[in-house]
Amino acid sequence: MKAMMLAFLAVAVIAVGSNVVLKQAGFSSQDRTSSSSVRLDN
Amino acid sequence: MLRALIALLLTLSFISTANAQDATTPDRSATGGAQTLDDILARQRGENVDNSFRSQATGDPDSAAGMAEQLGTLGGASDPELWRALRFDTAEVRASNKGPAATVLIQDGGMRWLRFREGPLATYGAYLLIGTLVLLALFYLIRGRITIDGEKTGHKILRFKMIERFGHWLLAGSFILLGLTGLISLFGRKVLIPAFGHEAFAFLAVGSKWVHNNVSWAFMLGLVMVFVMWVIHNLPDRTDINWLLKGGGIFSKGHPPAKKFNAGQKMIFWSVIVLGTSISVSGLSLLFPFEINMFAATFAKLNALGISGALGLGELREVLAPHEEMQYAQLWHAMMSFLMMAVILAHIYIGTVGMEGAADAMTSGEVEEQWAREHHSLWVEEVMDKNTGTSDTPPAQ
Repeated sequence: MKAMMLAFLAVAVIAVGSNVVLKQAGFSSQDRTSSSSVRLDN
Repeated sequence: MLRALIALLLTLSFISTANAQDATTPDRSATGGAQTLDDILARQRGENVDNSFRSQATGDPDSAAGMAEQLGTLGGASDPELWRALRFDTAEVRASNKGPAATVLIQDGGMRWLRFREGPLATYGAYLLIGTLVLLALFYLIRGRITIDGEKTGHKILRFKMIERFGHWLLAGSFILLGLTGLISLFGRKVLIPAFGHEAFAFLAVGSKWVHNNVSWAFMLGLVMVFVMWVIHNLPDRTDINWLLKGGGIFSKGHPPAKKFNAGQKMIFWSVIVLGTSISVSGLSLLFPFEINMFAATFAKLNALGISGALGLGELREVLAPHEEMQYAQLWHAMMSFLMMAVILAHIYIGTVGMEGAADAMTSGEVEEQWAREHHSLWVEEVMDKNTGTSDTPPAQ
């Protein structure tokens, strides 16, 4: 059961981690489709 | 005489041209070349109407009137012709937006995708999953739980190491989350919104999207781990033929010999690898919209190899709008996922309620020796040989 619990924990950690990485990777619709003169988040 | 012959040939050629026109293009002279009532009715009946008479009627800039003349500023295309060009995505559009889909103002294929997604995809997908559950329930009622035939020894054999179990549960845990959140996304508008309302579904949809997008990486990692760790044990060999001929011993007495994985498990393994890879690639294409376009290239290959023709699909389109690439990726992603879910339902059944002693292999990692002797006799011999060679004590006793 330890391996199972560790794996489920890893799923959670990977999910949170990938969310942080992807946010900074510049692939959001905002980043991909707007130019520097567009300020959607302001 | 020569004149008569030329006249005859000309007449014949006109007749053949007229016949060819009759056979291929309907007479649209009454509408001035625009679509007729017959076209509309045929489309409503779900028939394929050749749209080229509209998609190609987008004006002719070369024969445009001078700028100072009447309608000269339109550049040889009337407003309806301009709209047609936009609709069929042949208009030259420029936009300050830098996205790849920014210049597609009307996406003609979207409706086909929407209808297929909420129609056949959702319906047959649901049938597949429900059908699998019904079959498994029937199997349980007819065959019952597969128990350990012989007397239990009380000895345990290590079947899967910690890292193997970790890889399995990384893949399994993420797949269950992805399966559930994928189903929530697919059946949202059709089932969940009518049942629970917009507000409840909005909350669920936002959460599902977050989970689906981010948990996908754990699934891909688990898939790679499982492949690397187990591929060597899942290569087909002679024992599989015997195992399959005896139907795995499911309905007969005694168990056909098997190594670490029997033929049934090998089929599960390769289904997971093939379907999982296909789901991962199409999923990556959806995670990074418009960055990974695969379908136009795939369709071109299928056309070139004659596969699309052999399957009765005709000539597949080799030029797709950016949205269409995403739509095909979504449909493929969902179809492969439904298949994998059906396979995994059967896998979960046989690993838990369907067979006594099977779940131990993936929980503690240690299985009852008698169970192992019945289901994986050749593997037990291998393990025993290895252990007698190195130590006298059986592993994990």
